[in-house]
Amino acid sequence: MTDHATDTSPADRGYLTDKGFRSWALTLDHKRIGVLYLFTTLFFFLVGGVIALLMRLELLTPGPSLMNDHTYNVLFTLHGAIMIFLFIIPGIPSGLGNFFIPLLIGARDVAFPRLNLLSYWVFIGGIVVILASLVSPMDTGWTFYTPYSAKTGAAVATLSFGIFLVGMSSILTGLNFIVTTHRLRAPGLTWMRLPLFIWGMYATSIIQVLATPVVGITFLLLAAERLFGVGFFDPAKGGDPLLFQHFFWFYSHPVVYVMILPAMGIISEVIPVFSRKAIFGYRAIAYSSLAIAFIGFLVWGHHMFVSGMSPVAGVIFSFLTFFVAVPTGVKVFNWIATLYRGSITFESPMLYALTFIFLFIIGGLTGPFLGALATNVHLHDTYFVVAHFHYTMMGGTVMGLFAGLHYWFPKMTGRMLNETVAKLAWAVTFVGFNATFFVMFIMGYHGMPRRYAEYLPKYHADNVFATAGSWILAVGVAIMFANFVWGMLRGEKAGANPWRGLTLEWQTPSPPPTENFEEIPTVTDWPYGYGKKVVCR
Amino acid sequence: MTAQRTYIAIWLALLVLTGITWGVSYLDLGLGNAAAALAIASLKAALVALYFMHLRNEGRLVWAFALFPLGFLALIIFGTLSDTLFR
Ligand code: HEM
Ligand SMILES: [Cu+2]
Repeated sequence: MTDHATDTSPADRGYLTDKGFRSWALTLDHKRIGVLYLFTTLFFFLVGGVIALLMRLELLTPGPSLMNDHTYNVLFTLHGAIMIFLFIIPGIPSGLGNFFIPLLIGARDVAFPRLNLLSYWVFIGGIVVILASLVSPMDTGWTFYTPYSAKTGAAVATLSFGIFLVGMSSILTGLNFIVTTHRLRAPGLTWMRLPLFIWGMYATSIIQVLATPVVGITFLLLAAERLFGVGFFDPAKGGDPLLFQHFFWFYSHPVVYVMILPAMGIISEVIPVFSRKAIFGYRAIAYSSLAIAFIGFLVWGHHMFVSGMSPVAGVIFSFLTFFVAVPTGVKVFNWIATLYRGSITFESPMLYALTFIFLFIIGGLTGPFLGALATNVHLHDTYFVVAHFHYTMMGGTVMGLFAGLHYWFPKMTGRMLNETVAKLAWAVTFVGFNATFFVMFIMGYHGMPRRYAEYLPKYHADNVFATAGSWILAVGVAIMFANFVWGMLRGEKAGANPWRGLTLEWQTPSPPPTENFEEIPTVTDWPYGYGKKVVCR
Repeated sequence: MTAQRTYIAIWLALLVLTGITWGVSYLDLGLGNAAAALAIASLKAALVALYFMHLRNEGRLVWAFALFPLGFLALIIFGTLSDTLFR
């Protein structure tokens, strides 16, 4: 068992056998491209995290201490832009999606391997441009609202061009996944037998393809306004500043589902495996992904209630917003029904998956407060919003990503993580997360505005609490990453199917060979038939 | 051969339509100017998609994927109008 073999024969190393820069930089293997994405996005998660720690340190005391106000503005802009555009949007789709979509549908690769490599390098190109914009760093917030973004001296055009490139990469990936899902499923793998992660990724890809062009063009318009003085958003030139917000949120609301749907897909894989029970309501979960993707396009105006938008539009958007909760509720209900009377075990992937459900419910239930017109006026741009989206994005998506990383680590590396350390990291992260963000609901409710480097002394205690929490959180995440590094180098050999899962990726060695499967498997049943044989519906 | 002839015909049609767009811009039709320009542009886009991009010969699934974004374009226009019209 514990011969953590240092002498791995080439055969065991599967797709990892080849070494050297070229074999990675020019690879057409979806698994390697997935790994490249994972390393890149996780690196930016750490960068964004360090910036967040600096911001929390500044907020430890009411007055100015560590930095001046301009630096603070730059930091929250960078934190937001990095976390959103370089980590959470590409993280699961391009990282775990690239790695696992072909494996889960029994294919040898994605439909367009070269396009896949291109999209990775376009992504890197975007990052380089974004780094170039640091010569005069942005201070607009990650939303780039006009008219300020059209006037500030910072390198708005450069940064938005970088994000334009990152968006291109995202469109190409989405396109690739849609075609892959349609064309490359193994024989017998009907739509109603697809693993739910694939359904989540399919819905995600549709949003990426339909929504991303809008933000790309919006940023080009912004650049045109700044560089050539064309009046799209400047009222003095016949433009409309709210038009920018309409365009921006037409992308950015649906894109929160690019962030969350893949994570929901991961949860739908992990929960049945660790409760040894067929997923409850397969069809409902599958279709609710599509429903979320669709309804997500109807509600962008709920970010603009107090922007001076017309009251009629406000009422319409508020009304529509409540519909998103329905398919989301369906999913949560079905996960919990799957747990009911299952043979639950608490390995690290399961701990993170349950944490996802717990934190996402808190994040989700605070959404309607913001979606309702009247309460939004009170809560808008306060720490309540910050708490809400950190509970959904970090408590939801990031915990889902962590669940996926722990779940699929053996498949990706051929080695196991240290479970004890993984559980310790989980416990510390869980405590740290809630200590950091829960008080923000209270601060926000009491009126502390977001995006300010200073605050009234009455919020001092809350802020000390949150800053202390952020350090606990950082320790938890650090332990987790240390465990990843240790596992990659020293972990026990995993074997093909350590969790005894039924989906196709477990039917091939760990790490998988470059061709994924010796022989393309034929599928005769759905992948959730634990315990009793379930007749496919 | 015939395929090439079709392409050339479509290309000429596009040129003619461009000419018409240019001509119409000299007439004073008020709001009609914008409407005419948009109508002609849509017609041109449709010709390009149907013939140059071979949409004409594609199956229903590809049609669905091609028309879907038009629905979203309509959505963003109506959503934004619901704001500007009542402001
Ligand atoms: C599914 C995961 C979700 C994610 C990742 C997410 C993310 C976000 C983000 C990033 C913001 C901040 C925007 C800003 O900077 O102003 C935000 C605000 C908001 N969210 Fe969510 N959200 C999610 C779910 C929901 C749900 C389910 C609802 C409603 C039922 C909702 C309603 C709102 C509203 C109304 C705002 C605007 C608040 C304001 O500006 O006053 N969100 N969300
Ligand atoms: Cu939204």
